[in-house]
Amino acid sequence: MSANTALAEKYRNNFLKEIEEQVEMGDWVKMCMQCGVCSGSCPTNFQSAWEHPPQELFMMIRAGKREEVLTSSSMWNCTSCYNCIVRCPRKLPITHIMHGIAEYAHRIGLAPKMQATRFFSGLFWKNCTHTGRVNELKLSMGLYFKDGFASGIKEGMKMKDVAIGLVLAKRLNPFELFGGHKCKDQKGIQAMLKKAYEIERSRKAAKMAG
Amino acid sequence: MTDIVATNETILVVGGGISGMTAALEAAETGKNVVLVEKNPALGGRTSQLYRYFPKLCHPTCGLEINQRRLKNNPRIRVLTLAEVTGLEGGIGNYTASIKIKPRYVNENCTGCGDCERAVETEVPDPFNYNLGVHKAAYLPNAMAYPQRFVLDPAIIGTADADRAKAACKYGAIDLDMKEETIQVKAGAVIWATGWQPYDAAKIQPYGYGRFKNVITSVEFERLADIHGPTGGKILRPSDGKEAKNIAFIQCAGSRDENHLRHCSRICCMASLKQTHYVREKYPEDGKSTIYYIDIRAIDRFEDFYQKVQADASVSFIKSKVAKVTEDEHGNPVCHGVDTEGYKRYTTPHDLVVLAVGMEPSVKGINIPGHIVADSSGFIEADPSNGAVFGAGCATNALDVNRAVQSATAAALRAIQVVNKVAKAEA
Repeated sequence: MSANTALAEKYRNNFLKEIEEQVEMGDWVKMCMQCGVCSGSCPTNFQSAWEHPPQELFMMIRAGKREEVLTSSSMWNCTSCYNCIVRCPRKLPITHIMHGIAEYAHRIGLAPKMQATRFFSGLFWKNCTHTGRVNELKLSMGLYFKDGFASGIKEGMKMKDVAIGLVLAKRLNPFELFGGHKCKDQKGIQAMLKKAYEIERSRKAAKMAG
Repeated sequence: MTDIVATNETILVVGGGISGMTAALEAAETGKNVVLVEKNPALGGRTSQLYRYFPKLCHPTCGLEINQRRLKNNPRIRVLTLAEVTGLEGGIGNYTASIKIKPRYVNENCTGCGDCERAVETEVPDPFNYNLGVHKAAYLPNAMAYPQRFVLDPAIIGTADADRAKAACKYGAIDLDMKEETIQVKAGAVIWATGWQPYDAAKIQPYGYGRFKNVITSVEFERLADIHGPTGGKILRPSDGKEAKNIAFIQCAGSRDENHLRHCSRICCMASLKQTHYVREKYPEDGKSTIYYIDIRAIDRFEDFYQKVQADASVSFIKSKVAKVTEDEHGNPVCHGVDTEGYKRYTTPHDLVVLAVGMEPSVKGINIPGHIVADSSGFIEADPSNGAVFGAGCATNALDVNRAVQSATAAALRAIQVVNKVAKAEA
């Protein structure tokens, strides 16, 4: 039984409770009074980018629309501008809830695989933990080739003038493609991350077990 | 020196709005002696600044006139205007209040003829009209002011204008030597009816009050609709004097908001529903009202009032808390937000935006003399540790006129019980 099915079974017909217990800041969801000031304040034009604005997501959670919420790309579109948090009359930490739901959907394997923010987050993490330094060249190339070789070349050509400009301004080093710069104590970083993973794994396992 | 006969059987009423007047009258009409203290030059408070009341849409002058008549006929009530309680000592059945009285510079010889007003040249902002207009520095506070006596603004004292006012008065009513004084008044019980003030709309930054001229508050809108107001009863917008026919009402401006007022101010939904009637009354052909709301709270039996407004084709309801207001190149305020019915974004220009501002107790943040228990919004609670200090009207909660009067009557009854006990003990 996958993590998803196990959790779906556990919280059958009570998706709000699942969000409250499993999602960071999820216990705030019930405080929403559906005034709509969060989505009205959102600088992303969610009409095209978001399937569901925050207050609709909150209502869907209460309505038990588990599949629709967790597979949605909406919460991945949050840019963390914090406008909604500042204006929310009930002081809901909306930005954090969006990230919390996204993280939960990712954790149980329901998040849309090729959603650009999710993809980029994974890429960034792998990139910076590998050497302890962010390799910007590999990071941006990884994002360009997200949807395959042909579209990667196409995307890259579109941006070539910017790239040449960056190289000339010494903001982009083409030799970073071969290895790249590293931090001094790479082993130390790896050990630290290993320990952090362990702590997180045991914490989340305990949470999932309820 | 103002001389007042007050004893431990006297009831002190602080605040001369509709609640304070009611409490004073109810107590006095049972035979108690009352001292009524009002900080403004005239009684009536915020009720007198309304154009009409809901739900019957009659003019507040009517209800106030009845109370003024009762006051005039009752020798047991001593009214002090331009007076503020600055200290309160003692306990149940034995209070002493310090009352600071500001000079009016006009004595009781005044007949209200208005010769001083015509003689004076200086103009000062008119607080009765929420400073939307100006009046002369010798003025009657409002058309049906009680007491019906003129006031001289302190700004002209010591200038030629004051001398002109004195020279113009045929009745020797102007006394430029009046000084501020503080008196002590004894009382057995105190009724605290200091009322409410509109929440400072400038604090709701995204709505642009103070930055955009055509964003006003609901209390200012009352004055625009009133024939005694700065526009003579025409709904004209402040920026250019253009007729404002397409008006947006934004509900919960400050209320039900953890960043501003925690409580629901209770009256604002009904106030906006009422104000849509003003729009239709002034512009029957092409007036248009849009109410932006979270949910309409037409308190208990006023649901039918709401339904009638809903049936009015000139009024539309948008279920949404407006996220922000901007201004376009024509000076029109533009409302931005998301309609939560269908989750559609809107960007809608209007001629005028009226913020249905919340109520906060007017003594919030000011030291109430003595130890008084208040809730998290600053409203006075009924608590035994308050002794014989009883809250009345909007000092205790966000109330409409009807409920404020009920609350004041209840407070009067509590105060009467206290002074009755004092009387029995002293007999």
